[in-house]
Amino acid sequence: MIGMNDFELLEFKISRRAFMGGSAGLAFAFTLGAGKEAKAQTPGTLNAYVSIAPDGTITIQQPVAEMGQGISTGLPLIVAEELDADWSKVKVVQSPIAPAYHHPIFKAQYVVASISTLGYWTPMRMAGAQARRVLVDAAATKWGVPAAECVTEPSTVVHQPSGRKMSYGEIASFATPPATPPAIDATKDLKKPGDYRLLGKGVPRVDVPAKATGAAKYGIDARVPGMAYATFVRSPVRGSGPASSNAADVKKQPGIVDVVTLDHGVAVVGETFAAVSKARKQLKVTWRSGQPGDAINTDKDLETYLGDGRDPKRVGVEWKSKGDPAKAIGGAARTVSREYLSDHVYHAQMEPMNATADVRRDGIDIWVGTQAPTRTVLDVAKALGATPDMVRVHQQYLGGGFGRRATVEASVDAALISRAVNRPVKLILSREDDLQAGTFRPMTSQRLDVGVDAGGKIVAWQHRVVGEPVGDFVYHPGYNKAAKDRDTIFMMGAELPYYNKIDHWRSEHLMEPERTRVAAWRGIGAGYTKFAIESMIDELAHAAKMDPLAYRLAHTDDGRARRVLEKVAEMSGWGKKPAAGRARGIAFAEYGILAPKVGSLVAAVAEISVNEKTGRIRVHNYWAAADAGLAINPPAFVGQMESAIVWGLSCALKERVTMVNGVVQQSNFHQYELLRMSEVPEIKVEIITGAAPIPSMVGELGVPCTAPAVASAFFALTGRRLYHMPFTPARVQAALKAKKIEA
Amino acid sequence: MIKFVVNGAEAYSEQPADTPLLWVLRDELGLTGTKFGCGVAQCGACTVHVNGQPARACVTPVSAVQGKRITTIEGLSPAGDHPLQKAWIAEQVPQCGYCQSGQIMQAAVLLAKNKNPSREQIVTHMNGNLCRCGTYNGIVRAIQRASKEA
Repeated sequence: MIGMNDFELLEFKISRRAFMGGSAGLAFAFTLGAGKEAKAQTPGTLNAYVSIAPDGTITIQQPVAEMGQGISTGLPLIVAEELDADWSKVKVVQSPIAPAYHHPIFKAQYVVASISTLGYWTPMRMAGAQARRVLVDAAATKWGVPAAECVTEPSTVVHQPSGRKMSYGEIASFATPPATPPAIDATKDLKKPGDYRLLGKGVPRVDVPAKATGAAKYGIDARVPGMAYATFVRSPVRGSGPASSNAADVKKQPGIVDVVTLDHGVAVVGETFAAVSKARKQLKVTWRSGQPGDAINTDKDLETYLGDGRDPKRVGVEWKSKGDPAKAIGGAARTVSREYLSDHVYHAQMEPMNATADVRRDGIDIWVGTQAPTRTVLDVAKALGATPDMVRVHQQYLGGGFGRRATVEASVDAALISRAVNRPVKLILSREDDLQAGTFRPMTSQRLDVGVDAGGKIVAWQHRVVGEPVGDFVYHPGYNKAAKDRDTIFMMGAELPYYNKIDHWRSEHLMEPERTRVAAWRGIGAGYTKFAIESMIDELAHAAKMDPLAYRLAHTDDGRARRVLEKVAEMSGWGKKPAAGRARGIAFAEYGILAPKVGSLVAAVAEISVNEKTGRIRVHNYWAAADAGLAINPPAFVGQMESAIVWGLSCALKERVTMVNGVVQQSNFHQYELLRMSEVPEIKVEIITGAAPIPSMVGELGVPCTAPAVASAFFALTGRRLYHMPFTPARVQAALKAKKIEA
Repeated sequence: MIKFVVNGAEAYSEQPADTPLLWVLRDELGLTGTKFGCGVAQCGACTVHVNGQPARACVTPVSAVQGKRITTIEGLSPAGDHPLQKAWIAEQVPQCGYCQSGQIMQAAVLLAKNKNPSREQIVTHMNGNLCRCGTYNGIVRAIQRASKEA
């Protein structure tokens, strides 16, 4: 689905057709499914994204799933800026699933990698500018004046020489869009940052009011007349399925409609979800053996990973490199080798996986909150042997995405079950089944071998990341091979592009056999690779008897990198002594698949204390300075940073999935614990507007610094290092018993 | 048949006595603002009021609310302008928003008992409600704001 080459599209040479959806002229109608695109002219519709009513209401289609990231405000704000819209007159609607709304990089509606704003930046600007041009031309024609004499104020065209004004609503009441859309030159016809009225100023998010009253509709809230309820028990092991079950007995339970056995699991279908839940507890399934996942025992497997990481004969797949570290390390005054571990982690999105499907002969409707609506259309069609134009996906709010809703099996399963019982079906997983069939960030071990010169400065850096690749599970079997085993999701962050004074570095992926359901999880690989990298840098700084901030600054002359580091130092009072019993740690990371060409930067400081009796780490304060280029809606940016910081701290301190004989050992939130209100630090975020006049990644930017900042603070406090995340009380207590590391 | 009052109106359920109140509210009565998160009273997404006290609807059998008064997020204030709801918007608390009905219902009980709770009292009262988007600090700010403006 995503090839690395696609990212080269970043030059944004997007043709007008790309965002016009290939439809002729400005006409665009709500058409679901390819091949049946109506060409009907809709009055007031200026292009795929904008229509204006005579009362002045400006309707903007927003193409991306809203999962709390604020995209349903951010993207329309970009359109409104170029349109010169009065924001109070803008109404945002969720766009249909149609080619006109495809992400230019993914060629699909697909929200992953924090790349929606960047991806849609140019199409949204162009759509707004084009709609504005149509309005100006129409007003100028009406007045009989040259369009060049007209300017716009919010939702108003002004003829400068005469001072005449006409509102967008008035224009919409008489104008018809031209047969040929006006050409917009992205280099000349778009606003300069200094002229922005909306971008960077901060507006309330459009989705918030409905989320404060309970009115917001999520996938789980869909209701279809005549629907049955279902739950689905997926094989505990990837690739397995039911060998036998007591389906016949379960079917006799009160309120049960049917028990549907599919190749990969068993569905219980009933008249109410309460009846389904009760019957599910009676369901006993024997699963087919013979899958590689049968042998998974995570504790033991991690030992295997460690051994593989130490084995010089093993050859990994190079991720990124600079210079010749293998040679340069020979000239180092000293080498330091360290190993870092991380466990599988679960998304724990608050809304359990669900989808509602109505499979009929004349069409298939799916109600779901999904990060991948285009793929939902394609995969549901494929599973049912139907054509994509028969499938309509009704996008709902997502009760958390985080990568969990980037795969579409809930919709496929709901469709298969609906077909089997010949009724609309709402499929909901219990929390226990959601966790058992979770798609996890892969467990890893990492080995770093670093050479330093006599002064302690880094001269060569070798980074080996050991674990299962995720591409085949996330996309399709054969994906990794086609991608030459370059696994972006797994390897993200295993690079040093901003420590530009390090001349020789290389990272590689040492692949373990695929047997676990592993996937993208907010922050992807950077959640563990930056833990290793930044922890190692902290250790090297202490070994060099340098302040960790100064040591980092000594390895970069990149202006943006230095700025976030210096800013967070200032915010946190770095260098001033913290209160008794507390200590601070600092970390730095870039985030973004396109770094360093386009990338977001963050530096963070964590201030912690440790209860030596219980082994619990308490994070009291957390400061972050972030640079993601142009901040579209700064308050929402800060909100996403805080969110990702809590996410990262929760993972760093508590979260852990273990498996025995392939079966997940945790069942619900009492065993898979998340950070609670009493454990959250005070968080301060400052946004630095970067040199780049375009927006880059925000949604995951807060994650990578969390674990290393806490681990380095732990060293500053105790003189001991933490090498295995999460930093559970047992691991903290074990570390406290270890010998102090001499700085 | 089990009879009770929901958001000021008389209601009844024909479901078996052990049916969790959550599914009666959501599926029988169509009040979907109350959310399913864990089913075992570990996350608080399903929090409603039963006779003014917070209850986890996922573990409350419908038989237990016979003759009682239930308030859901839809009934907290008819116009959706309870001081907490206004504060939630002013502080831009929700992200994905899924847990927020439960958060607001949990907080409403605190403010009904204690007009001016300390930060510590807020945290103690709210600690059973999970938010995976990590909006906890926003929730504290919103409760403090509502307590000042109520």
